[in-house]
Amino acid sequence: MGIGGSDMYRQQILDHYKNPRNYGELEDPTFTHVGENPVCGDTIRMDVVLADDEDTIERVAFRGDGCAISQASASMLSEELAGMTVEELREMDRDDIIDMLGVEISAMRVKCAVLAEKVAQDGAEIYFGEKDVDKTTTED
Amino acid sequence: MATTEPDILDVERIRDDFPILDREFSGNRVAYLDNAATTQTPEPVVETIAGYYRTTNANVHRGLHQLSQEASVAYEEAHDRVAEFIGADGREEVVFTKNTTESENLVAYAYGLTELGPGDEIVTTEMEHHSSLVTWQQIGKRTGADVKYIRADDEGHLDMDHARELITDDTEMVSVVHVSNTFGTVNPVGTLADIAHDHDAYIFVDGAQSVPNRPVDVTDIDADFLAFSGHKMCGPTGIGVLYGKRHILEEMEPFLYGGEMIKRVTYEDATWNELPWKYEAGTPVICQGIALAEACDYLDDIGMEKIRRHEDELAQYTLERLGEFDDIETFGPPAGEERGGLVAFDIDGVHAHDLSEILNDYAVAVRAGHHCTQPLHEKLGVAATTRASFYIYNTEDEIDRLVDALDDARALFQ
Ligand SMILES: Cc1ncc(COP(=O)(O)O)c(C=O)c1O
Repeated sequence: MGIGGSDMYRQQILDHYKNPRNYGELEDPTFTHVGENPVCGDTIRMDVVLADDEDTIERVAFRGDGCAISQASASMLSEELAGMTVEELREMDRDDIIDMLGVEISAMRVKCAVLAEKVAQDGAEIYFGEKDVDKTTTED
Repeated sequence: MATTEPDILDVERIRDDFPILDREFSGNRVAYLDNAATTQTPEPVVETIAGYYRTTNANVHRGLHQLSQEASVAYEEAHDRVAEFIGADGREEVVFTKNTTESENLVAYAYGLTELGPGDEIVTTEMEHHSSLVTWQQIGKRTGADVKYIRADDEGHLDMDHARELITDDTEMVSVVHVSNTFGTVNPVGTLADIAHDHDAYIFVDGAQSVPNRPVDVTDIDADFLAFSGHKMCGPTGIGVLYGKRHILEEMEPFLYGGEMIKRVTYEDATWNELPWKYEAGTPVICQGIALAEACDYLDDIGMEKIRRHEDELAQYTLERLGEFDDIETFGPPAGEERGGLVAFDIDGVHAHDLSEILNDYAVAVRAGHHCTQPLHEKLGVAATTRASFYIYNTEDEIDRLVDALDDARALFQ
């Protein structure tokens, strides 16, 4: 069997899809950012709270709508990011996301997998004044 | 034919012409249910393509040598064959393009950009494919013409009262999709043509989903323009058709300039070639055109009326099977009403992309997404739907395989 299909939907992914962690909004987020995957219609909004050092990520919450891969990825990332530094967030790339998901992702679905990561990264860059976009899209 | 019922397609025999349908993925024979995107290519058409390159290949029109003459005659006669297929009045009314999208753009640029301006109106529908919707939208922006959309109701019907309201003496162009690639609705294009003509407007019919699967006669529906794609009707990719009424094509400006489309050129000016070559600049789609003519033969041998019925039957069967489940919503006309051979649907708790991924495990090929009707999906309140679409080689058995696989998706995601 090729990459993809039901192999992609291991228990962990389905669990995060059906019972998303950190789902909702934070009261006083340091920054909030939204993004979408226009082709699939996946949407993600991420709220991030930074510690007083303006570097350590304290808490993350997300809201969203879309396929199992995009939503599970956001849920897992919300757990992973807590305790990391902004610098570490910026250095994440698609391989880190695929490692985190723990399954092989078919080429057509990589965009779904990395949406949450891109939203969090853009959110940080906008907060630190290094970027100016209203909405992240995976098409860019 | 082996069948005793002359009105029924001999699907088993047809399948013999499509070796690709024998391919297996993970032990399952492919159930190809993505025909609204592109259809498979039967052996006679594959043979025509190979045969052309083996025996006849040459550039057309310019050469006096034997190969060029043979290629030219075959290419020109392909226009005659396509004209006959849609009831056009000869090759002058049939322009070969790249696809439906280019046919739409040809008219949008050649007519829309040059003739339209502020105060003019373009009337189209909410269920247009992006190939027409985006094109007219941009023509509206560039010329100042207004673009108006005929409403579609929840069952995928055009609101004809709204159409009569929108189409006025200010309307210059009415552009409508014949069979919707999302709803499967067969729109009343003949009636819309009458309304358009009452107001001296042109009607452009997007036949991408109708010409492949039902008899379409441009005289019957009185279309001023009709566009369709070879790859959705047993032909190759890389060829589309623009039908246009002769007097309109004669008056309209060319779209692309260059070789083949000119009669005489000086440093100061140029004059245009006869129809249809005036609209076919540069080396045209020679092999694809000849192959499309072969596809027309292939489909006519089966019979377009039989194909229409077969498609409708498969769509009705799909509606019936999907109707067994409370967690499934289907889009378009209700069961019992004729539609093109496609059904788009949504299943609770399972995103269309996850579903198509699961179906792929069963070698069931469907399409998931917005099917190039994004504003319509937004209106329906769904980001993406799953669409099964049929052609001459599909069976109820393949639809059963689709329905069976849905259980697996439910077990995983719900
Ligand atoms: C109704 C309709 N119009 C236009 C098109 C565009 O066809 P093509 O991509 O061949 O230009 C399609 C195909 O997807 C279609 O379904």
